[in-house]
Amino acid sequence: MKNIVDKALEKYPAKTFKQRKKHIIVKDSENESQDIAANTRTVPGIITNRGCCYAGCKGVVVGPIKDMVHIVHGPIGCSYYAWGTRRNKATAEKEGDTAGENFIEYCFSTDMQESDIVFGGEKKLKLAIKEAMELFNPKAISISATCPVGLIGDDINAVAVQAEKEYGIQVLAFNCEGYKGVSQSAGHHIANNKFIKDVIGKGNKDFSDKKFNINILGEYNIGGDAWEVERVLNKIGYNVIATLTGDGSIERIKNAHKADLNLVQCHRSINYIAEMLEEKYGTPWLKTNFIGIDAFSQTLRDMAIFFDDEELTARTEAVIAEELEAIEGEVEYYSERLSGRTAFLYVGGSRSHHYQNLLSTFGVETILSGYEFAHRDDYEGREVIPFIKPDADSKNIEELKVQKDEKNYRVIISPEKLEELKKVIPLNEYKGLIKDSPEGSIIIDDLNHYETETFIKILKPDMFFSGIKDVFVAKKMGVMAKQLHSYDYSGPYAGFRGAINFARDTDMGVYTPSWKYVTAPWKTEPMIVGNVEEEVASC
Amino acid sequence: MLDKTPKELYERKALRINPAKTCQPIGAMYAALGIHKCLPHSHGSQGCCSYHRMQLTRHFKDPIMASTSSFTEGACVFGGGSNMKTAVKNIFEIYEPDIIAVHTTCLSETIGDDLKTIIAQSQSIVPEGKHVIHASTPSYVGSHVTGYSNMVKAIVTYLAENTETPNEKINIIPGFVSPGDIREIKKLLQLLGVPFIMMPDTSGVVDAGMTGHYDMYPAGGTKLEDVKDTGNSKHTLALGSFSSEAGAAELDKKCKVPMDTLTMPIGIEAVDRFLMTVCKLTDKEVPYEIEEERTQLVDLMLDSHQYLYGKKVAISGDPDTVISMTEFVVSLGMIPKYIVTGTPGASFEKQIKAILVKAGIEEECKYKASGDLFELHQWIKNEPVDLLVGTTHSKFISRAEDIPLIRFGFPIIDRYAHAYMPTTGYKGAIRIIEMFTNAILDRQDRDCAEEDFEMVM
Repeated sequence: MKNIVDKALEKYPAKTFKQRKKHIIVKDSENESQDIAANTRTVPGIITNRGCCYAGCKGVVVGPIKDMVHIVHGPIGCSYYAWGTRRNKATAEKEGDTAGENFIEYCFSTDMQESDIVFGGEKKLKLAIKEAMELFNPKAISISATCPVGLIGDDINAVAVQAEKEYGIQVLAFNCEGYKGVSQSAGHHIANNKFIKDVIGKGNKDFSDKKFNINILGEYNIGGDAWEVERVLNKIGYNVIATLTGDGSIERIKNAHKADLNLVQCHRSINYIAEMLEEKYGTPWLKTNFIGIDAFSQTLRDMAIFFDDEELTARTEAVIAEELEAIEGEVEYYSERLSGRTAFLYVGGSRSHHYQNLLSTFGVETILSGYEFAHRDDYEGREVIPFIKPDADSKNIEELKVQKDEKNYRVIISPEKLEELKKVIPLNEYKGLIKDSPEGSIIIDDLNHYETETFIKILKPDMFFSGIKDVFVAKKMGVMAKQLHSYDYSGPYAGFRGAINFARDTDMGVYTPSWKYVTAPWKTEPMIVGNVEEEVASC
Repeated sequence: MLDKTPKELYERKALRINPAKTCQPIGAMYAALGIHKCLPHSHGSQGCCSYHRMQLTRHFKDPIMASTSSFTEGACVFGGGSNMKTAVKNIFEIYEPDIIAVHTTCLSETIGDDLKTIIAQSQSIVPEGKHVIHASTPSYVGSHVTGYSNMVKAIVTYLAENTETPNEKINIIPGFVSPGDIREIKKLLQLLGVPFIMMPDTSGVVDAGMTGHYDMYPAGGTKLEDVKDTGNSKHTLALGSFSSEAGAAELDKKCKVPMDTLTMPIGIEAVDRFLMTVCKLTDKEVPYEIEEERTQLVDLMLDSHQYLYGKKVAISGDPDTVISMTEFVVSLGMIPKYIVTGTPGASFEKQIKAILVKAGIEEECKYKASGDLFELHQWIKNEPVDLLVGTTHSKFISRAEDIPLIRFGFPIIDRYAHAYMPTTGYKGAIRIIEMFTNAILDRQDRDCAEEDFEMVM
């Protein structure tokens, strides 16, 4: 396999070969520590799949909060491309008697023009906020910076502070210019910092009448994923205070410090908040996986172990049994139809790991996986964090240090008990993708177009799960391909029911009769039979 | 749906809501894809490039390739020259295009990267016979249509040559339209027997078929020798003033190829003018096949008039296509009640006004350049229309107000097959009428009382 990798990269110029080689490993359990290079700058011209800091901040973390007006400060493109394209579903929720708000269908921008670049755009931004207030009177506003904003020196923080005073609502400024960091990842970090500094902890709602208060962190409700997970959690008896940030609401997020446990689904995008919530408020976090039947069941059991309540544990087992029974037949059906196949998984910063369990449920083996923008800890596990050297490209992303919040800090579980629990459930820890990957499988960071095409040709997977920019390439090569960012406009894929949706969609992709027609009949059947026979006879 | 949009009009000066445009580079990327064996390159941070490839892929449901300089914070301070050079080396060695067509973003434009110099300095790493060209496409000026126009102009600036060997061809710059539209225009020229160069030509690139193997550079696209040869043509027709005029004017300036700007050949009058102009330039006569299509179109216009006459339409999208669509709607006896483009430019309002004044309906219609879908929705809330014509983004208004939407223009990211089908030519006009009448008749079938339900319509 190692030779295959070297051969695949042969075409690269020497310098590029050297750079890219560090980002590819072959899983080998004999080798105790398998280092992978990650979260480094993209090689120019390599045809990366990566996006930018703005996409990670506004597009991923901030944008799904439904009851805020998200103003993108920049030329029109950035807001336009993030308009309705990431399927973070949301519905307005009533608060008491007042109708809830939902701005998800809208796209707001300051639509900067040449004069704004020359003379600065602060004036226009202020006016845009005023217009948003007069038109919508929202509870809160976000301002997201785009590339030119940092360059021309617009002070969006000052504008936000002034607007807060003037209108008496929260105005959150995010300095998420596209060139910051090396990928979407920097944007996650910037968004996390802001939520810890200015949002979480501001709420005063009392949850003392409720048991088992939790938050779901790093779950963006793509295609309704969070709703499906919450359906099961509610059935067991949990009370979800806030989801960050799928179908999210600013009011709920303000109260997130009231939870007893944080569930971390997407480690990459939200681990900063999870960690800081622990330091500041004492809330432990649990690495969960809602994707895949076994994985989700395990997550539910881990949660029960954490809360250590007899009734909750019994309820957990009952609900798991009930849910499994409901889908049993379908699991069997799809396993028969899909098993024995191989897959490539290339998604942003978390799904390439999470979906391996789901695929294996149906007998599909992942032979190549990778992340666009994950860090070494997402590949190798959090134990490598102390050894990650910060590099020049990411050093300007603030490493926020938080203090214990004396008023709101709680000891939820005694330190001794916590240490005990850590031995049985993934509390405050994440083991990463490599440990769970099949032996001999290839793991690639920042997989580019050349490598995609080359490895498809070499390894000939039966299916390829990636994003919109890749799927039609794979399809043209005759490989069934599905999007695991947008779920090809289907979903949910999380939870028990989601697993079946996923299997159904994959099954459709594999079994559609259309594949049979790729080669025209005249390419395989001789057209003039008589002539061929004559030639044979004359030989 | 869109519950926060109030009926009361509110004049905004700063807050753009639900735009009817996007930014320049995606247009430049699309134009560059219309050159055979060309890799578009985005000189900026990589987010732009990803977004632009995504949006084009969503529209065409086909692979869209482009590379990027992947700026980091350091490059913003020291300039993107070394990023560009690294990219050029990697691209030619790994992806082997014949030509790299560079466009810029708001980032590289704001920091003032001098691409002409960077490209000149990169010549030593450009393989023999290969090219690197560039267009300046600042996102804070105009729209994606401007970006298309700038890239077409740059292609001419860098590549067109007048070698004083006349080729007796007509150059056609088709404007920001789909490959289905371009194929239809080419078909008309072939039927006329007119030698031509279509540039750029995305047919066979972004609508490539399924063969079981992937071609990074599909068979389509204007060949490099034809791009160069545009300088030897006898005339250029720029279809659409916003998207095509600048390129044609550059050809005139650089290679002395005379030009005319025509409206995009969408709708009966625009197609008539297109054919008449081509015939006059080439001394050709309209052949029977084309004439037959026109008779079919007029036949259809008369057959279906009772469903269309007097119907009010709201049209939004890119200026060149919206102008032609407005004219066609008028020729069907419909009222283009609201006409909006997100692209700025006084000439839009001027051209729309001329159409409305000629039809004697200017008073009853509202039109605006640099408008947006939020305002259009507010207008509709105040006085509704029977049909919406626009891109996928109008589907929210369609649902909120229960008005059927005819998907037209760029982008259409929620339907299939549209990029194969023309809206240009008489054939395209026939298709538009089919879409209009289907929408109206479906509506009648759905809404009428059971006793009014008709078998024949």
